[in-house]
Amino acid sequence: MDLSGEQMRRMLEQMMRIREFDERAALLMEQARVHGSVHLYCGEEAIAVGVCEALRKDDYITSTHRGHGHLIAKGGDPRRMYAELFAKSTGYNRGKGGSMHMAALDLGIIGANGIVAAGAPIALGVAFASSYQDNGRVTICFFGDGATNEGAFHEAVNMAAILKAPVVFVCENNGYGEWSPTASQTSVSDIADRAAAYDIPGVIVDGMDIMAVHEAATEAIARARSGQGPSLLECKTYRFYDHVGRDFGILKRDEDEVAYWRARDPIVLWQQALVERGLITEQAANAMRDEIVQEMEDAIAWAEQGPDPEPADLWRDVYTETQA
Amino acid sequence: MTAAIAEAVDQEMSRDDRVFVVGEDVRVGGPFGTDAGLFEKYGGRRVVNTAISELALAGLGVGSAAVGLRPVVEIMIMDFVAVAMDQIVNQMAKMKYMLGGQAVLPIVVTTHAGVDSSSAAQHSGSLEAWFCHVPGLKVVMPTNAYDAKGMMISAIRDDNPVIFISNKRCLQTSCEVPEDPFTVPLGVAEVKRTGSDLTLVATGRMVLDALEAAEDLAVDGVSVEVIDPRTLSPLDMETILTSVRKTSRAVVAQEAVRFCGLGAEIAATIADECFDFLDAPVKRVGAPFTPVPFAPVLEKDYLPGKASIIGAVKDIFGD
Ligand SMILES: Cc1ncc(C[n+]2csc(CCOP(=O)(O)OP(=O)(O)O)c2C)c(N)n1
Ligand SMILES: [Mg+2]
Repeated sequence: MDLSGEQMRRMLEQMMRIREFDERAALLMEQARVHGSVHLYCGEEAIAVGVCEALRKDDYITSTHRGHGHLIAKGGDPRRMYAELFAKSTGYNRGKGGSMHMAALDLGIIGANGIVAAGAPIALGVAFASSYQDNGRVTICFFGDGATNEGAFHEAVNMAAILKAPVVFVCENNGYGEWSPTASQTSVSDIADRAAAYDIPGVIVDGMDIMAVHEAATEAIARARSGQGPSLLECKTYRFYDHVGRDFGILKRDEDEVAYWRARDPIVLWQQALVERGLITEQAANAMRDEIVQEMEDAIAWAEQGPDPEPADLWRDVYTETQA
Repeated sequence: MTAAIAEAVDQEMSRDDRVFVVGEDVRVGGPFGTDAGLFEKYGGRRVVNTAISELALAGLGVGSAAVGLRPVVEIMIMDFVAVAMDQIVNQMAKMKYMLGGQAVLPIVVTTHAGVDSSSAAQHSGSLEAWFCHVPGLKVVMPTNAYDAKGMMISAIRDDNPVIFISNKRCLQTSCEVPEDPFTVPLGVAEVKRTGSDLTLVATGRMVLDALEAAEDLAVDGVSVEVIDPRTLSPLDMETILTSVRKTSRAVVAQEAVRFCGLGAEIAATIADECFDFLDAPVKRVGAPFTPVPFAPVLEKDYLPGKASIIGAVKDIFGD
C-alpha cells in the first residue's frame, strides 16, 4: 500500500478527532447540556477512518446510531455536529434529528439511522443509483454485528449481490448489541461467514489496526467500483464504553475483557507505528492532539450559543413544494 | 384503468430518464398488467425486476431517490406493505423532516388493494388508513382510468413519497382516457355526481357502489351528491365541507374496516366544522372488524357495497 506520510498522519489526526469529539459528547450528555442519547464510537475509530480514507470525495456512506465517527471520517464538521446535539438550528439537521439522524447529503453522508440495519436497504438504493447514473461512485454501508440479525440486512445484501451494486458492507463487530453479547444473539462467530450465503467475498479484519482496515477496504472498494459487486468486511473491534454514554449502569463487563481491548487502542497502536517508522514524534503527536482538543472546545462553544429552531420549524420540511 | 396506469408510467419514463420502475415480476408487466410493455420498451436498466424482498426494494427507492432518481416502487399486493413498513414509514416518510430538509424523495410506491373473489385475508386488504396516519407521505386512490392516468403522472412528478393505491375492482373499469399526457392534481377531490339532499363521500371501489346507490336513491326521490376525494392525504376537506353545508347530511363509505378508518376522520371533521349545518348524525359505511374471509358466502357479507350505502342513507332519512 503506497500511502504518503502525510496521509498516514492524517489518519491519526482523524482518529484523534473522532475520539476527542465523542469523549466530549459523553461529558455533555452527562451534564445534560445536549439532548437525547449519544452512542459513543470510542475504540472503533480505525474502522471509519480506515475505510473513509480509501474513498473518493464523491462516494457515499450510510451510518448507524453509533455514527459520529463515520461522519467525521467522511468530512463532517464537528461544529455542525455538536450544534445538532445541542438541537440548534445551526446543526446539520437544523436541530430536528439529533445524534441518531445526523446527515450531510452534500458530503455524501446519507445519514445515521435510529433503526438498526435500516441503512442497508438505503445503501443498496444509493449504490443502485450510482450504477444507473454510471457515475463510478461507491457506497459504504456501516452497521453493527447486531444489525446482521435483521431481515433488512439480508434482503439488502442479497439484492446488492444480484444487481452487482457498487456497495461495501462494513460490519463493526464490537462484541455487543446493546447489553447482550454477540455470541448470545448471532448464530455464527464470524459475521464474514454470512457473505457465503450471498456468494460475495467475506473478509475478516482486525478492526483495531487501521492499516489492515484500510487495505481490505481499498480492495473491496476497487472491486465495487469496477462493477464486480458488493463485499462484506467484518472488522473485529470493541466498544470502549457502554451502549449509550460512558456508563449506563445496567451491564458490568468482564474487567479482563475490557483491559484486553483497551490495550489494543487503535489510536495508540497507530501512533506507535508512525513513531516507529519515523513519521511522527511523540511530541508532534501530542501537539496534534492538543490542537484537536482546542478545535473541539471551540466547536462546542460555537455550537452551544447557536440559535434554537423557530416555533414555525415544527411544520417545516414535512413535505417538499413540488416545482415542476 | 390498468392500461391507463401503464401508459402514464411509460410517458413519464420517456419524458424523464430519472424515472424507473422496480418491483417483483415487473419484467413481465406485473400480475395486474400495470407495467405491461415497459420492459420490452426500456429494458432491465429502467424496469428492474427484483428479488421477493419488499423491504429492500422500498429501501432501494429511498436510497436512489435521496441521490436524484425518481423511482416507481411496486409492491404487488397491498397486504405485502407490512413487510416493507420500516423503509416506508420510518425512512421514506420521515427522512426529509428528520434531516432538516436536506432530502427530497420523489418516490411512488404503487400497490393493488381490496377484496377480489376469495383472495382471503392476506391478499385483500385496504390499508390506506395506515399511511394516511403518517406525516410525510401522500396517499392517493384513483377510482377510474382517467384519474389513474392523470394522478400517476402527477405522483411521478411530485417531489414527495406518494403511496399510489389501485383498488382491484376499479382496475377492471374503463373509460375514455386521452392518449396525450395530462395531470390530475393531487389533493383535489372531485364531485362525481351532484345532488342536494345528502353528501356521500366514497373512496376506492365504494365510489362505484356510491354512484349506483345514488342512481337508485334518485328513483326514491333522494338527491345524493357523490364525492371522491381521490387523494386521501392531503385530504381535500374543503370540497366535502362545502357540499355538506349545502346538503346538511353526510354518509362516508370505505371498503376498509370501519373502525379507525379514513371515514372516521372525515366524519369527525364534518361534525367539527359543519355541526350547525347538520340535520342528522354523519353515518359511516365500512367493513366489519374482522380479517377478510375466504368463503364466498362470508366475503359477500364482509364487503360493504351498494346495499350498505343505501341502508345508511335510509337510516338518516328515518325509514
Ligand atoms: C429495529 C431496531 N431494534 C432495536 C433497536 C434498539 N437498539 C438500538 S442500538 C441496538 C444494538 C445494535 O447492535 P449493533 O448492531 O451490534 O450495533 P452497536 O450498538 O453494537 O454498534 C439496539 C438493539 C433499534 N434502534 N432498532
Ligand atoms: Mg455491536
